[in-house]
Amino acid sequence: MPKLTIDGQEIEVPAGTNLIEAAKRLGIEIPHYCYHPALSIAGQCRLCMVDIEKTPRPTIACNTQAADGMVVHTQTDRIKETRRSIMEFHLINHPLDCPVCDQAGECWLQIYYMQHGLYESRMTDEKVHKPKAVPLGPHVMLDAERCILCSRCVRFCDEVTHTGELGIFHRGDHSEIGLFPGHDLTNKYSGNVVDICPVGALTDRDFRFQVRVWYLETTKSVCPGCARGCNIDVHVNRRRPHHAEGRRVARLKPRFNDAVNRWWLCDAGRHGYGFVDASSRIVVPVLRRGADTRELAGAEALTALTERVAGVPGAETAIIASPKMANEDLWALQTLAHARGIAQVGFRVPPRAPGDEDEFLIRADKSPNTRGAELMGLDGDVGAMLAAARARRVRCLVVFEHDLFDSALAEADVRGALDAVETLIFIGTNANATSARAHLVLPAAAWVERDGTFTNFEGRVQRFRPALAPLGESRPAWELIGRALEALGNPASATRAEHWFLALAAAVPAFGGMTYQSLGDHGAMAGRAGPA
Amino acid sequence: MSEKILTRNFDRPDGHSLAVYRETGGYAALEKARAMEPAAIVDEIKKSNLRGLGGAGFPTGMKWSFIPKDHQGPVYLVINADEGEPGTFKDRYLLERDPHALIEGMIIAARAIRAALGFVYIRGEYVEPWRRFSAAVREAYDAGYLGTGFDIVVHRGAGAYICGEETGLISSLEGKKGWPKVKPPFPAIKGAFGAPTIVNNVETIACVPHIINRGAAWFASLGSKTQGGTRLYSVSGRVNRPGVYEESCSITLRELIERAGGVSGSGRLKGVVPGGSSAPILAAHEIDVVMDVDGLRNAGTMAGSAGVIVFDDTVSVPEALMVVARFYAHESCGQCTPCRESTGWIYKMCHRIVDGHGRKDDLDTILDVAKRGAGTTICAFYDGAVGPYISYIEKYRSEFEALCRS
Repeated sequence: MPKLTIDGQEIEVPAGTNLIEAAKRLGIEIPHYCYHPALSIAGQCRLCMVDIEKTPRPTIACNTQAADGMVVHTQTDRIKETRRSIMEFHLINHPLDCPVCDQAGECWLQIYYMQHGLYESRMTDEKVHKPKAVPLGPHVMLDAERCILCSRCVRFCDEVTHTGELGIFHRGDHSEIGLFPGHDLTNKYSGNVVDICPVGALTDRDFRFQVRVWYLETTKSVCPGCARGCNIDVHVNRRRPHHAEGRRVARLKPRFNDAVNRWWLCDAGRHGYGFVDASSRIVVPVLRRGADTRELAGAEALTALTERVAGVPGAETAIIASPKMANEDLWALQTLAHARGIAQVGFRVPPRAPGDEDEFLIRADKSPNTRGAELMGLDGDVGAMLAAARARRVRCLVVFEHDLFDSALAEADVRGALDAVETLIFIGTNANATSARAHLVLPAAAWVERDGTFTNFEGRVQRFRPALAPLGESRPAWELIGRALEALGNPASATRAEHWFLALAAAVPAFGGMTYQSLGDHGAMAGRAGPA
Repeated sequence: MSEKILTRNFDRPDGHSLAVYRETGGYAALEKARAMEPAAIVDEIKKSNLRGLGGAGFPTGMKWSFIPKDHQGPVYLVINADEGEPGTFKDRYLLERDPHALIEGMIIAARAIRAALGFVYIRGEYVEPWRRFSAAVREAYDAGYLGTGFDIVVHRGAGAYICGEETGLISSLEGKKGWPKVKPPFPAIKGAFGAPTIVNNVETIACVPHIINRGAAWFASLGSKTQGGTRLYSVSGRVNRPGVYEESCSITLRELIERAGGVSGSGRLKGVVPGGSSAPILAAHEIDVVMDVDGLRNAGTMAGSAGVIVFDDTVSVPEALMVVARFYAHESCGQCTPCRESTGWIYKMCHRIVDGHGRKDDLDTILDVAKRGAGTTICAFYDGAVGPYISYIEKYRSEFEALCRS
């Protein structure tokens, strides 16, 4: 392991570590544009210059591996002057249209100009003009004038997705990013090029012009779009509700987790939050008798729920839980089922068509918590429950989230079962054909509106946190279930999602020893922690 | 006038044929080299003081010795025939008039570096040189010089100056955009298709058979103290007899201009670019300089590709700089930022000055931008562009100022 000195501080790093990464370990940022730890070294932006003793000229840090005894300086006058020069070169043909640019506020041209530039502009000639507002694909818009030609997007498509849609065309200051003839930027991970673009050249077509980034707040979360459980940041707009037509979730951004998704997120996951603010959201509890529907207020909803659950023996009750529910919800539900003697609890509703899957991140299982439900042993046979309902052996059926009609289950079987039960209770975030038939509909909070954990397909238990208040009267499922438990005479001390998680950790060995603290930001593998 | 070595067959109409080449001692060096160990060949080239004649002037024998000794797998020899430096036209003569010298030199060089395959990357515009050279390659195959342990692939460029930069050439040869590569790794360690590669200029390799034939000491004695041999000077611009002149590396610039018939036009010399457009200009009083790598380096310019461009005093230096600046702006590959952005900017400023809209502070801006960008890029292209930017303005500033209104 080479030991080197950077700005007077000694550090030992693994062989092969480049100087940008070595400096990062010391908390020293070497400014750069083209370097990205996931991509090959391009050495194009020339901003990451450092002085290395016994080297005559400034050297790019990205392409220099740490060597034993190397002495590196990142703050010499010569380096500061070089950075200033490189910043000027980056900006002479840049349109400087920050007031109308979506990247403003999170743009590395702005940041580095303020940190390392601060020169007086000398460029008085006409700038080079290039194509603007060019759609590259369904999700990405190009402004070639803003581009600094760092080639990160090109290398991403070459090296990460291996789809190679993008290239740099022409020469000199007429060089521009573009699509190869006959291609569109349609790979399933195209949104990532927007994330890695250090400037406003590539913007997200879904996000552009919606809200200024400085109004956004960030919450650590996990993507609920499939069983991978990619780590994300949820960016919400609470301070300018009149922007973006009331859309509270502004965008999802991938959050680095080396064990799960590294820097990346698929487009489906990235744009899969529409249901949170969709008009189909269930915002008030509803009681339905034939054609009559009545909105329930205050404690009425809880009363309605407990009456119905209490009114039917456990043996004649069946629960179809959802693998989209958090571990906390599922454990609360398991507790309720246990208390009421409900043996028929399942969660597997076969999808109508097999989910899309690839060898990178996307999993065919479009639920984030299938593994969690499995580890808790909720594995009842949904088909058998519906058959029992049709045979009138199940009188009360509780369905979470699922639309049973939008599944591989035969429509007649579903219809027969739902028609046969005395009580159909639906608890979920959004209305669907199943909820439309329910006698009691209770609104559940969406994942961005609450605390919780999902267990991904590999068994990694990961936290998500509330970014928003629950919409309308919706509540986290664990809370609805917990209150029902209490009303049914089973005092549960859980007043927070975390309490349910601790109860789960105490009861199910796979979760043994886990706490929200121990999960941290990157989660922990089920069955590995040992007792607390 | 020195003995004709590289140009000895140039005046014969059939000088490019195998028959004439053999008649004048061709392929005898190959026989000799085949009896030599590779290391002995490298040694001989080192002793000859042969230096790269494409532009950088790097000692050829030393370059060959950079191939890792213990390397398993292919090693490639690549010939840079992408002659694009403005003012340079000597390699085309070699390809057209003495192609077998290059082929024989390649076979010997390949033996020295243990390469079984060589590529010759010929500038796309060089149609006739390509035809002549390809015909010679066929002759060499028919005669059994090629195809018996060493093969040659002839590859045509598509008209980009940057593909004459050795790693840009390698990228282009590999089928990629002709972008220079970040170094390290250097080509001798990881070059074409990831294999150790030696890239040499046409003229450099054409010298090799003569060195083997007549000995390193003889070759070294032809030139200056630090650079052996003769070389081909392309003399153009305001001279009475422009053309390719084979002269000792120890010739002075003044003698060379006389050899080319003296200054034409007004007959009064203004300046000379001694080594292709990238070489800083020498003023009229600076031409008593020895035309070898070190002589020109000590004079603050470079031998480069030995493309000598002569300006008489009717030449407008600002206009000349505008033309040169346009060339570099057009040919910058655009890969790294300082070169991509400032070549275009400097061209705009030069253009504005020539158009009569210049300001005196433009001159300082050009000088400052050129100096700031120098040495910060992936390849030597921008350092080459900086040569004329700085030297033309510093040496002829009053001419520029006369054009600036404010």
